Amino acid sequence: MISPERPPGEEDRVPGTAGSLLAFFEDLRSEGVAVGTSEILDAFAALEQVSWTDQRDFREALASTIAKSQEDRRVFELLFDRHFFRAAEAEALQHEVQEERYDGSDRLDLDELREAIRQAISAGSDGEMRDLARLAISAFGRRGERSGVIGVDVQRIRRALELQARGGSDGEQAALDPQEVRRFEQHLRRELERATIERTGKLPPSRPLAELDRTLPTSPTQDLAAVHRAVAQMKRRIATLGHEQRGRRRGRVVDVRRTMRASLETGGVPLRLRYRPKRPRRPEIYVLCDVSTSVSSASVFFLSVLHALHDSFRKLRSFVFIERISEVSDIFEHERDFRKISERVSSEGGVADVSGYTDYGRVWLEFGEEIAEDLGPRSSVIVLGDARTNGREPHAEIFGTIASRAGRTFWLNPEPRLYWNYGDSVMAAYEPFCDGAFECWTTKHLEQFVNVVAGGRPADLTRGS
Amino acid sequence: MPDAEQPRSVAEVREGLGEAGYLADESSALVSFLAQRLGKPVLVEGPAGVGKTELAKALSRHTGRPLIRLQCYEGLDEAKALYEWNYRKQLLRIQAEAGGEAEPPEGSWEATRGDIFSEEFLFTRPLLEAISAEMPVVLLIDEIDKTDQEFEAMLLEVLSDFQISIPELGVIEARTRPLVLLTSNNSRELTEALKRRCLYLWLDYPSVERELEIVRLHTPELDEGLARRMVEVVHMVRQLDLKKPPSIAESIDWARTLLLVGAEDLDRETFEQSMSIIVKHRSDIDLVAERVAVKLGDATPPAGAAGQTQA
Repeated sequence: MISPERPPGEEDRVPGTAGSLLAFFEDLRSEGVAVGTSEILDAFAALEQVSWTDQRDFREALASTIAKSQEDRRVFELLFDRHFFRAAEAEALQHEVQEERYDGSDRLDLDELREAIRQAISAGSDGEMRDLARLAISAFGRRGERSGVIGVDVQRIRRALELQARGGSDGEQAALDPQEVRRFEQHLRRELERATIERTGKLPPSRPLAELDRTLPTSPTQDLAAVHRAVAQMKRRIATLGHEQRGRRRGRVVDVRRTMRASLETGGVPLRLRYRPKRPRRPEIYVLCDVSTSVSSASVFFLSVLHALHDSFRKLRSFVFIERISEVSDIFEHERDFRKISERVSSEGGVADVSGYTDYGRVWLEFGEEIAEDLGPRSSVIVLGDARTNGREPHAEIFGTIASRAGRTFWLNPEPRLYWNYGDSVMAAYEPFCDGAFECWTTKHLEQFVNVVAGGRPADLTRGS
Repeated sequence: MPDAEQPRSVAEVREGLGEAGYLADESSALVSFLAQRLGKPVLVEGPAGVGKTELAKALSRHTGRPLIRLQCYEGLDEAKALYEWNYRKQLLRIQAEAGGEAEPPEGSWEATRGDIFSEEFLFTRPLLEAISAEMPVVLLIDEIDKTDQEFEAMLLEVLSDFQISIPELGVIEARTRPLVLLTSNNSRELTEALKRRCLYLWLDYPSVERELEIVRLHTPELDEGLARRMVEVVHMVRQLDLKKPPSIAESIDWARTLLLVGAEDLDRETFEQSMSIIVKHRSDIDLVAERVAVKLGDATPPAGAAGQTQA
């Protein structure tokens, strides 16, 4: 069992439990969770009220006082496990405690084990999963299939156990809850780590959490669940953004008629002013996304987000381009699954003509001829691309005429600003025509940008010019 | 300030909530326990329909405290949340005075002012009501994320010091400490200052087992096998990317419907007929029909059904 007692082996820490907790809070801070003094005081006050021997109560009491959002809570869970696992292991090392390994593994039948594990996973029992994870490890260790790299071993064991996170699509096996499978994997990982620590006699260096969830997907291999989560979260947040404006007090216009009517109540003295409701701005959006390999995932992701929000726009038309341009609005109307969308966009877009290299100049020509007529002062044109022309003619003047027809023009560049205009990037040629050019390589950037488009204030953004 | 009876352990709270008809999981029981012991407000976040509001109601039933609810919406202001002067009554009061005497005596304005700015002329709104209640209450501030940031700032005084300043009357301090719950659908980021004053509880959709318990608690007559199958289907539906995933209340409604129509098994036909209870968007219905209905066993050969889903 993980014990909350005593800090890990570092020297410069306050001894005792308080020290260990403070070290944990320090860890959280370094991962960007805002842990203030008042939160720490609350945490200690809360811990006075619950029993410390129950890991669940201990963890929940800490979490409810420290982690104040879902995002924080996720970081908290990851760090909690890591921190106290390390603390306990450090302690074990100090006292040279070794856990007994289960040796009867040669009697184990792989099929039986497999079945037992499936059962434990679908029952979601934590303790059992942990024990079985150990059994699985020793069974595989015996077969000499250990690579020594924890990540590789976990995947090997998982494959051998035939645990598919996505469940049996063939219908042969009942689908396992992917979350429980992931939990089992965590147990595997933990037990492998423990074994390594016991073998080598020292703790591996602690590393900061991967920033994976906080950056936009750059390759299709990235965790789709994370993408989905980001989209869902953003959807919820942005869906209400336009409305926020309506309740605002500044810049309201008095509605004389309604004020007079209301004054009847008070004998004709207008004690209460009535205001005209603000109409939310519902722009028409034209999105042009580069889907060449360098930026395709970011583009598809961006399009998914916009389409998830189509309610807040009067009209939303999306185009993808590499060498030529092609409209993909209806793919998004019919598909919701992120992966399917990217497949269909790449298979049906029909945009890569010959070389597969982006040709911005030609794209503007085509867009100008076919679609630009529909543009009006209410339309916003959004371009997502890295502005790398592969040495071809950028035709910035045509882009200029498109931009002048549209009410607003934005450029999103999935590269950090630092790389703009290096190599074949011609960002500087297009930027003067845009109302704003933004770097857009994390979900945060994207969220801020969509906020602007949906009618929010651009104050938080670093403007291009 | 006299405190209400405090729970002694987490288990006690959990049991009490269970008796009040709310099956709490570990974290909600623990946070409710801490909220009562530490006297801190609780910020409950989670998707719509996971029982955030219900938790407050259950707490009120369990602790025997009356529930005072403040439903937040865009443009909610002090006048609707804290207090408001009843100016009509004040006007009447002044007019009555003026009409009664031809010449007002000296110092009558002072007297009148002291008079019309008294509690008699005050409308108490939920927050003031909760603060000034004789008996300890449960205060539910529902959907705090719907209000603007200015309103949040106004709440800070109430939440941390349990007092309200009224310029004409002075500071009104709480006689009893209310148990405060704030709920949020996470549609916007709340301010740090507000979060700092609260305990945080994230409620998510329950696991199959727990939801089954909840459904069984509300419809004990429903056959257990059918209830389980129903809850599993609800979970399957939640896995899809829907506009509005089914809430717990809706699965209870569905269970009641199945009971009413006397369904014996959840086959495709029953599902397609009663699906509108859990799925309430045109496009969602298509998606669910396409993805979930086909997985259910067929009681009758699906002659028209396959074509229907394509529509």
